Amino acid sequence: MSDHDVVVLGAGMHPWGKWGRNFVEYGVVAAREALADAGLEWRDVQFLAAGNTMRNGYPGYVSGSTFAQALGWQGVPTSSSYGACASGAMAIEVGRARILAGLADVVLVVGADTAPKGFFGPLPGERPEDPDWLRFHVLGATNPTYFGLYARRRIEQYGASPKDFAAVKVKNSRHGLTNKYARYRKEFTFDEIDESPVVADPLRLVDICATSDGAAALVLASTEFAARRDDTSRHVRIAAVSTVGPTYPNTYLDMPDIATDSAVGASLPERSFRDAIAHAAYEEAGLGPEDLDVAEVYDLSTALELDWYENIGLCAPGEAEALLHSGATTLGGRIPVNPSGGLACFGEAIPAQAIAQVCELTWQLRGEAGERQVDGARVGLSINQGLFGHGSSVIVTR
Amino acid sequence: MTEKTRVPVVEGFFTESGADGQPHLLGGRCPRCGAYFFPKQYSFCRNPACRSTELDDVELGNRGRLWSFTDNRFAPPPPYPALDPFEPYGVAAVELAEEQMIVLGQCARGTDMGTLRAGQEMELVVEDYFETPDEVRRVWKWRAVR
Repeated sequence: MSDHDVVVLGAGMHPWGKWGRNFVEYGVVAAREALADAGLEWRDVQFLAAGNTMRNGYPGYVSGSTFAQALGWQGVPTSSSYGACASGAMAIEVGRARILAGLADVVLVVGADTAPKGFFGPLPGERPEDPDWLRFHVLGATNPTYFGLYARRRIEQYGASPKDFAAVKVKNSRHGLTNKYARYRKEFTFDEIDESPVVADPLRLVDICATSDGAAALVLASTEFAARRDDTSRHVRIAAVSTVGPTYPNTYLDMPDIATDSAVGASLPERSFRDAIAHAAYEEAGLGPEDLDVAEVYDLSTALELDWYENIGLCAPGEAEALLHSGATTLGGRIPVNPSGGLACFGEAIPAQAIAQVCELTWQLRGEAGERQVDGARVGLSINQGLFGHGSSVIVTR
Repeated sequence: MTEKTRVPVVEGFFTESGADGQPHLLGGRCPRCGAYFFPKQYSFCRNPACRSTELDDVELGNRGRLWSFTDNRFAPPPPYPALDPFEPYGVAAVELAEEQMIVLGQCARGTDMGTLRAGQEMELVVEDYFETPDEVRRVWKWRAVR
């Protein structure tokens, strides 16, 4: 228990899907659910920290005030954060910092998105100076192109196979079967995965997460405020939030760049960017991978889940496939990963996703996760990475 | 009917005929710390331990080792200039030895994706990419060295 703890008083979501409605509606549903879970009213909120969406016009760029207006103006100050897939963690970090600075006791964190069908594309216009525009125009390098490159790298470097990647899908599809917030609640077999069309070899359509509508929200509070509540038995704590960026030279190929940094003239950083995201979270919490009971990792692709096992220290590089096949990361195993079903079952609602990971950890640590409950979970870690160099990892304890 | 002008897909990213007559990517090199940048993008060095405010224009090495690769089977959204009908295309990530960096490029036309292996030598080529009413846009690609 550190001086940097804040308490999660409430968690809420709008189910993921392709609902085709305004993202604000989803966000309001999630926010109201989180407030009800916390036993608080909207007027009790002293700061609203939101994650932005880039594909829903101006309201998406000023998401904090958009949600404040939709919930009913009550004078609350807001922030609107963007860090691509890490936007939700950034919003959590802004809200937490507000509490730790003593500027607020109760903060509402919200992220919501309405996503287009198919590949994410860059914003329109002709902008060769924008790496996101460049990679699409000059290379056709979609997000799945990068996922395919990472997956192929595992095959070439460690002898992994598409069957290993499929095993991640089989696991996660079982985990998410009874999750009422998940978009896909269907068990996948290896044969069905084999029949799925190849998108970016070696990855098939079902290896790659869909783009979804959805929303997630958290009510965070200072430890002092939380201690004054009637029932503290359901409280869990955020022990660390890591939003670190890469250290130069970043020689790993990260989206959306078409080239890495050069290692000439500089010594390599102690850790790769993804390793550093987890390391910063562990350092702040004073915990290590051996302390984890459950993890939610960003499975943008099945193969990427295996990379994360290594980045968060569950096993050494090259050993993720063996760890997966040992059953350790399956519900009932030593360290279940993505008990929610992960992005495989949700698809990605960008600004909501990192918040949704923390909602799941909250329910797991409270013992409220139903059929997907990890028995006796007391420490959970979430991790992901946003385009343009955004780390995102949260450690939740009870 | 006049022949269409052949122009690079983006200005200043590559030359079809460098000092050695071969195609090369065009990048920046810091005169102080030696770091390379592609694309050159800014006029200053991004090494935080180096304060250089200038970069020299350089041709990057046109050979490297294959780091990873993928075969794309679905048409990306604009601004990808997808042909009609859509043709699948490979993308290769190639490590340049001297520059110590990885650079992406599409795989050259006719690349048999099934025969590629990480670590093999690749060379830079320039090919036609797509056409506008009066221009042929050219782009760099990576081709396996036979």
